[in-house]
Order: sequence, then C-alpha cells, then structure tokens
Amino acid sequence: MVDLKVNLCGLPLDNPIIPASGTFGFGYEFAELYDINCLGTFSFKGTTKEARFGNPTPRIAETPNGMINAVGLQNPGVEKVISEELPKLKQCFNKKVMANVSGFSIEDYAYTCEKLDKEEQVGWLEVNVSCPNVHGGGMSFGTSPEMAAEVTKAVKAVTTKPVIIKLSPNVTNIAEIAVACENAGADGISLINTLLGMRIDLKTKKPVIANKMGGFSGSAILPVALRCVYQVYEAVKIPIVGMGGVSSAEDVIEMMLAGATAVQIGAANLINPYVCRDIIKNLPTVMQKYRINSLKDIIGGAH
Amino acid sequence: MKQEIFEIVSNKKIAENIYEMVLSGDTAEITKPGQFINIKLEGFFLRRPISVCDFNENTITIIYKVVGNGTEFMAELSSGDKLDVLVGLGNGFDTTKSGDCPVLIGGGVGVPPMYNLCKELVNEGKEVSVILGFNTKKEIFYEEKFKSLGAKVYVTTADGTYGTKGFVTDVLKDLEYSYFYTCGPLPMFKAIESIVKTSGQYSFEERMGCGFGACMGCSCKTKYKNIRICKDGPVLEREVIVW
Repeated sequence: MVDLKVNLCGLPLDNPIIPASGTFGFGYEFAELYDINCLGTFSFKGTTKEARFGNPTPRIAETPNGMINAVGLQNPGVEKVISEELPKLKQCFNKKVMANVSGFSIEDYAYTCEKLDKEEQVGWLEVNVSCPNVHGGGMSFGTSPEMAAEVTKAVKAVTTKPVIIKLSPNVTNIAEIAVACENAGADGISLINTLLGMRIDLKTKKPVIANKMGGFSGSAILPVALRCVYQVYEAVKIPIVGMGGVSSAEDVIEMMLAGATAVQIGAANLINPYVCRDIIKNLPTVMQKYRINSLKDIIGGAH
Repeated sequence: MKQEIFEIVSNKKIAENIYEMVLSGDTAEITKPGQFINIKLEGFFLRRPISVCDFNENTITIIYKVVGNGTEFMAELSSGDKLDVLVGLGNGFDTTKSGDCPVLIGGGVGVPPMYNLCKELVNEGKEVSVILGFNTKKEIFYEEKFKSLGAKVYVTTADGTYGTKGFVTDVLKDLEYSYFYTCGPLPMFKAIESIVKTSGQYSFEERMGCGFGACMGCSCKTKYKNIRICKDGPVLEREVIVW
C-alpha cells in the first residue's frame, strides 16, 4: 500500500490534494458532484473584510493551454462567510478548511484573519498578498519583501492557526519575498498565484477582459510554477503549498519533487469538476509506476 | 449536472455559418427548456457553453454559429466522433407563468432554446406565437420546424430580404400576448424591454469560465442580489433585471 499522507504546518492531510481558492467556491457546488471529504482539504473563495462584487464582465478569456480571469475577489464579506457559507459547508465537509484571505490594507488582513481564526472549521489561514485583479491592494502587498513581512506580522499577531502566505510570481525574486515572510513568522508559503496576462480580440481590437488584464492560469503555467517552488524550497525551511497548472497525478508528483508539501489544483477544476477526485484515485497507480511508497518522502526530492 | 460522453449523430450546416448538431447519450440531467450544455473540445482549454435546442431521452440537438476557433473546430466534427459534455446546466425557462398565449422571441443564435420551449408550451396546451429575428434571409433557420409544432410564426429580417423588414419589436408591438420568453443579443433585449407589455423571462449570454457556478466568471447584478449567469441563470425574470 502506498502512503498519500502528508503533514501541513502541523495538521495531518489524508493526501496533499487541495482545490485552489477561487476555483472551488465554498465547496458545496462540488459536493453535489462527489464526496469532497476525499480531498486533503480545500482553500475557499478569497474573503475580504467587506462584501465585493468584483470586476465588470467579461472576466474570462481563453489562452493556449490556459485561461485568464479577472474576477476581482467577488465574495460576500467575512461576516457572511462565517454566518452563511461555513454552516453550509459543515453539511458536506467534515475536515478543516483552508481560509483564503485578501485585503486592501494591513488592518483589513488582520481583521479578516482574526475573525476566521476563531472558526473551528478553519485549519489554516492562507493570506493572499498576490491577487493581480484588484487595484490598490492584493498583489501590491506581495511584490515587496517589506510589505509581505508587514502583512505576515500583523496577521500572526492576532491569530493562533498556521498562517500560509500566498505569493505572486509577478516579481523579480520570489525567494527573497518568501524568506521575508518566513522571518516575519509565516508558517508556510503557497505559490504561485496567477501570472499577469492579457488577450486582445482581433475583431474589436480591444482587450477581451473588461479589466484589460487578468491572472493567467492553467497547464501552460506549470513550468513557471515548478521553477518558483524549486527556488523557494532552496530558500526557506517552512512547508510550501505548490500550485500552478497542475492537472494530473504526474503533475502533483512533479510539484512535490520541486519542494511542495501539499499541492493545489486551480483552473483544472473549472474544466473537469471531478479532477481532484480523479487525481486522488490515480495517485497510487502513478506512485507505483515511479516506485514511490510514500508521498512525504519525495518532498523536495529534485534538489 | 453530470459529465457524460456523447456521440455525434449528425452535424450539418442549416444556414449561413449556422450548424445543427445532434448528440446521443444520457440526457437525464436536463430538466427544463432553456438549459445548456458545456462541451470540451480537443485542443481548447475552456469548454464551449451551448444552449439545448431540443432533447429527448437519448439525444440532444444544439445549434451553433461559427464565430471563432472553437466553433470552427466543432463544424469540422463528424458523426461517430465523441465529445465530453457537462449536461443539465443552468436554470432554464419556467413555463408555469406563461398564461394562455405566450410569445417567444428569438434573435439569431438566440432562436435555438426557443424551440424546445415552444414544444413544451404547445404540449401544455398554450397558444404560442413565435417571432424569429435574423439579419438576412441566408441566416434563417427553423421557421418550418416551429410551424410544425403548431405555433404562429413571424419572421423578421433587418435588411428586409424575408418576412417583415426590421426587428422583432416591429412585430411584437402589434401582438397580443399573456407573457414573453426571449433569447438573443443585448440590443434586442433593450428594444424589447422598452415596448413589452407583460412579465416575462430573458435568457442571457455571458463569457463563462466553468459553466457550473464555481469560478464567478459570469457574475451579474440583479435588483436583489448578485447572481451567476451560468448557475442562477441564464434565464432571469424581467422584474429582477438591472438594465
């Protein structure tokens, strides 16, 4: 029997598979399709202090082997996430969930994280300092080591649960930012958020997306994600949650070899809603093929 | 919603740039007229959402216009080819509100979902009028099919090459009806909204990511709350729409 178990920041996971924030809602749409308790956990829709509608539509464009989105952190706000979404989730998910948080000021991040930290269903806080689709916040906190460290410190000061900082690949030196977060007390790093990209419609000769630019994801970005995870693994000691273009059991193993302790799956959920369940089912066969007995033994194996 | 493999029974051109595809497979997930399916195409990342024109226990008919690479690829497919399809998406039309003599208004590729709706309403014993709007004669399809369902059919063309010259509203303005259902481009919706006399339902189109409510790619504001066109729509009641 192969062993899929890993440990993420002190909390055990049955397997390293985690649907990524923004591609899995608050879980219950997918719970209509399969028992989502088969997942390691999942990262819920990016939550902010206040409710947000997000950007105007069109918010989606296709690319070769990928897509661009500019949803803009649409969410009902932290109060409603706690009073409405989490109780609904409890009906279909009995594991700890990863709470994904965004903000527009350091106080925002601290406020939202402090609220979610108190929720029994929340296992980890994933702090998104890397959303490319909002103005005056999001990614601007994740593009300088000092700002990323400030957010990390502020969140750590008001929370008790593991804090994982989600980093942007749209920077010159991602490892430097990861180190700054680690030094500021982060318990883990997740990466990569989407790459800033755009598409132009030849008929209208204008950007396809109303927000002009958006976050590029999908299989096309896997090599960039692997490179970033590899670099960050060399620079930090805290666990890494790897993501970006993962859509198969083979990709998961590759991501873990690069240095990921757990692996998130994003855009692939939107194309095949069963992809995470299928990957978990396929992992033992693929592990046997590559003579891997235990997934935790291969973390960072490529170094 | 369910993911199913469908086999293409036929795929033929029925008007200028317009194709009709019949797919065979399990259709149990479709519960209402006006729902859509989301098709995975080899070599394309996102699925293609296309409204259901008609269905029975084991086939689905869709009609699509060739507008880009994805639909060009679809037009090249032939019978026997297999497609990975998400079936039973969207809320669909509610026929219980139609009254005795509803009018159905389809514009261009907004015509297809009207077909199964018309069938359903005729079966329920309603006296159905249908207005089909096209740009020009070469683009007209399904006029006879609607007639054989027993509906009263009006065709308009913007250039006057067939039927009434002008837009669907040129027919609608003189018609008596109990309720309306429509699918088509936004300018047509706005023209309808400005003259329509009853309640009704609009079926919206939007660029989608997933098609089943996960990605928030097709969100839209209504008078009461934010909704997702793919999951809470595509059909919205007139009263909730913010124009």
